[in-house]
Amino acid sequence: MKYLSEFRDYKSAKLLAKKINEIAKHNWTIMEICGGQTHSILKYSIDELLPEKISLIHGPGCPVCVTPLEMIDKAIKIASRNDVIFTSFGDMLRVPGSELDLLSVKANGGDVRMVYSPLDAVKIAQANPGKKVVFFAVGFETTAPANGMAVLNARSLGLKNFSILCSHVLVPPAIEALMSGFNSNINGFLAAGHVCTVMGFDEYIPLSEKYKIPIVVTGFEPIDILQGIYKCVSLLEEGKPVVDNQYSRVVRKEGNLEAKKIINTVFEVTDRKWRGIGLIPKSGYKLKDEFSDFDAEKIFDLGDIIVDEPEICIAGEVLQGLKSPLECPAFGKECTPENPLGAPMVSTEGACAAYFHYKKQKVN
Amino acid sequence: MEFQLSCPIPKSEYDKILLAHGGGGTLTHQLITKIFLDQFGNEYLNQLHDGAVFEINGTKFAFTTDSYVVNPVFFSGGNIGELAVNGTINDLVCCGAKPLFISTGFIIEEGFEIEELWKIVLSMKDAADKANVLIVTGDTKVVEKGKGDKIFINTSGIGIVYEGLNISPKNVKVGDVIILNGKIAEHGIAIMSEREGLEFETKIQSDTAALNGLVEEILKVSKNISVMRDPTRGGLASALNEIASSAKVKIEIYEERIPISEEVMGACEILGLDPLYIANEGKILIFASEQDAAKILSVMRNHPLGKESTIIGKVIDKGEGLVTMKTLIGSTRIVDMISGEQLPRIC
Repeated sequence: MKYLSEFRDYKSAKLLAKKINEIAKHNWTIMEICGGQTHSILKYSIDELLPEKISLIHGPGCPVCVTPLEMIDKAIKIASRNDVIFTSFGDMLRVPGSELDLLSVKANGGDVRMVYSPLDAVKIAQANPGKKVVFFAVGFETTAPANGMAVLNARSLGLKNFSILCSHVLVPPAIEALMSGFNSNINGFLAAGHVCTVMGFDEYIPLSEKYKIPIVVTGFEPIDILQGIYKCVSLLEEGKPVVDNQYSRVVRKEGNLEAKKIINTVFEVTDRKWRGIGLIPKSGYKLKDEFSDFDAEKIFDLGDIIVDEPEICIAGEVLQGLKSPLECPAFGKECTPENPLGAPMVSTEGACAAYFHYKKQKVN
Repeated sequence: MEFQLSCPIPKSEYDKILLAHGGGGTLTHQLITKIFLDQFGNEYLNQLHDGAVFEINGTKFAFTTDSYVVNPVFFSGGNIGELAVNGTINDLVCCGAKPLFISTGFIIEEGFEIEELWKIVLSMKDAADKANVLIVTGDTKVVEKGKGDKIFINTSGIGIVYEGLNISPKNVKVGDVIILNGKIAEHGIAIMSEREGLEFETKIQSDTAALNGLVEEILKVSKNISVMRDPTRGGLASALNEIASSAKVKIEIYEERIPISEEVMGACEILGLDPLYIANEGKILIFASEQDAAKILSVMRNHPLGKESTIIGKVIDKGEGLVTMKTLIGSTRIVDMISGEQLPRIC
């Protein structure tokens, strides 16, 4: 398949692995930001192909994983109401809140529906004027344009029964937070190709300069990731801390201007709490005041939700690349995909779930 | 006698049935072992095969049952009726039996169109005729509107096990090859493309088909078959994991050998789903001795339902039930049992 099979090709993979081996003279730690890349790395055992000098650590780019527990509890509170149809992307449904997950709300009689696009949630609102339809708007910059478009569509249709529960997060502030203290052992980053498809990569240039780290915008197929690693290791060995673009077949420097226009119309930057990491200043989007009528947090009386994460769960350290899921005492024991203690065990893009599915027996 | 009064499922797990309990993954497995087997367990059921095999007056019979609740009722490439007939035939086939008689139970929601029921019944008759089985008994119940979802069908089937054939995971040997009769994941993707909220345009059709004709051809050339399994709910990966774990063997499959259409692959990429876990309704996995593989493949490829038959893997060692896959890029990864329903991901 065009743009697929050639990026999963055995010969290219072998050649790239050989080239990486040849150029790597020093030990380097590279973090892939995006959960989609983490998933690919483990699904294709890309780490097996790399020399020992190169360590891959997994970043906080799994939107399911970093959505704060309070937000999941808010979603559950809204979804449990009789007058609500709660809509969400599939993989948010199984994320544990402090007591329940959204699938349990559904099993208890709540009207919880999985949608593929937020625009489908708008259609559901049109078809169900007697119900309040709420869409759980999570994700990085990647999903923001479609979520923003849903709000704009709902407004132009004059819908009074559609709102979003907004919990958007942004990549560059997370890199800044990691580099400025949480985990400064990182030598280079693979930036998330899909986020950069929307946003471009201008924002990464000052980060690269400030922390003297190479940042390579990278795609998601195994050959993309190997090329990204190759570029990153080359830049490190040459002492060139710059931004490079491996995913040039999709990503333009300035990003997708139309998509950015929608984001800027609907959202504004806000401080955001990340599950397992804490508050990162200016690291999220919220709806602008003029769109308050579409803001589920303002429409529903949610009260104060105070939550505690399970003590044994080290999701925070995993999300910051400080620990591997395998270092968690609960991994594969108290914490499994059927009974996850932390969100990284839920989503296929979460590092813990990826290790559980693709690595656990090798470890055992 | 000691009565067990408390529910044996630990409290830390779900206290209500979720959809994932019916997904064919570990939650389903948990339900079966901890609730049903716990109370119903016996020498036949404990084998957890597609059906029970038992002997009466020197003749070996296979007996199986399955319920069909597919939504939508009519989908690209078939409908709930032919699915119910073919599915039960295939379960009997996987027990090594020639299917003979089928029962059918209808649970119909008040308000269901008679014309639609007629279409379903016609397709069931057609499927039964094609497979040369008779529908010999049945039952009909109608439930109030809202108490069902249009129509549910249960079918049970009985057949006679072919002489000289002994199908059981216990017979799986190191060195057995694993043959698959064609492209995977088509039924699941065809259904998913028509589900509310996930609609997408595709030409992919369900692969629903009765496999008794194909297997009859195979048995003419070889009876050195350890196990046959139709990888329905939970897909190829779940079926292989079930066999690996009951046969206590390690299985290796080769990603480049697994037949899959570009269209299905594309749909899976867009939705973030792994085709290895997506349902098939006309596929069969055959574990056979290596020396018979060539002649088995040859007859399969001459049958309309086996044109793309290929060896997708091998039993490589004894062990605790592990399935691994040589990936397209040459590395090896584990192919795990899925824990619940596959959920389309965010981005």
